Amino acid sequence: MINVLLFAQLKDELGKEALSIEGNGMSVAQLKGKMKIEFQLEGLETVMTAVNEEFADDETILSDGDTVAFIPPVSGG
Amino acid sequence: MNYDISKEPIVIQEVIDKVVNRNAGAVTTFIGTVREMTKGKKTLFLIYEAYKPMAIKKLEQIGSEIKERWPDAETAITHRVGKLEITDIAVVIAVSTPHRNDAYEANRYAIERIKEIVPIWKKEHWEDGETWVGNQLETVPYPKGKPEEVDIDD
Repeated sequence: MINVLLFAQLKDELGKEALSIEGNGMSVAQLKGKMKIEFQLEGLETVMTAVNEEFADDETILSDGDTVAFIPPVSGG
Repeated sequence: MNYDISKEPIVIQEVIDKVVNRNAGAVTTFIGTVREMTKGKKTLFLIYEAYKPMAIKKLEQIGSEIKERWPDAETAITHRVGKLEITDIAVVIAVSTPHRNDAYEANRYAIERIKEIVPIWKKEHWEDGETWVGNQLETVPYPKGKPEEVDIDD
């Protein structure tokens, strides 16, 4: 299972901040597609992704136990 | 620990003390505070949220980038999370260097990088609603899913 973390508007949209989803061997892009279909989650195309706390691109392949965080445009400072 | 995410109010002097050293001839501090009016709209309060372990790593990365550019610089950054009222301190950046020009430049670099790569979000609560900043403006799309390399290295 992949651990998915959600923040800011994505967390509000889904109503939770973390979930587990089948995704072993999937790319980040495929996981985004699956999340979009299963949860009707919009706007995943424009967010950054972190795998195990480091920025990753859409081609990154996921393995069981990975933590994937979807990172909307940041607004710290 | 020079890089921190704090639920408690930031004590400015504690951040400064982390970078004071005998080789420094200058210490610059940037103090980011919560503004009431933005383009005529009145903010009531803000909520800051962070992906804490990654945010600390990214603050450390900013410190490393500053070291590459200004080898004698020492940097400390604390960012607040939770509910902040108008005039509360959201972030404190302290940079020390042997000479003043580098201290100013490196400090400016740090705040600009925070706004690019550190996973922290603010939710504005106005009189007539609330919005995660960065949400509806969509001024910062990441078509490849992460910041461009040039973004990171520049």
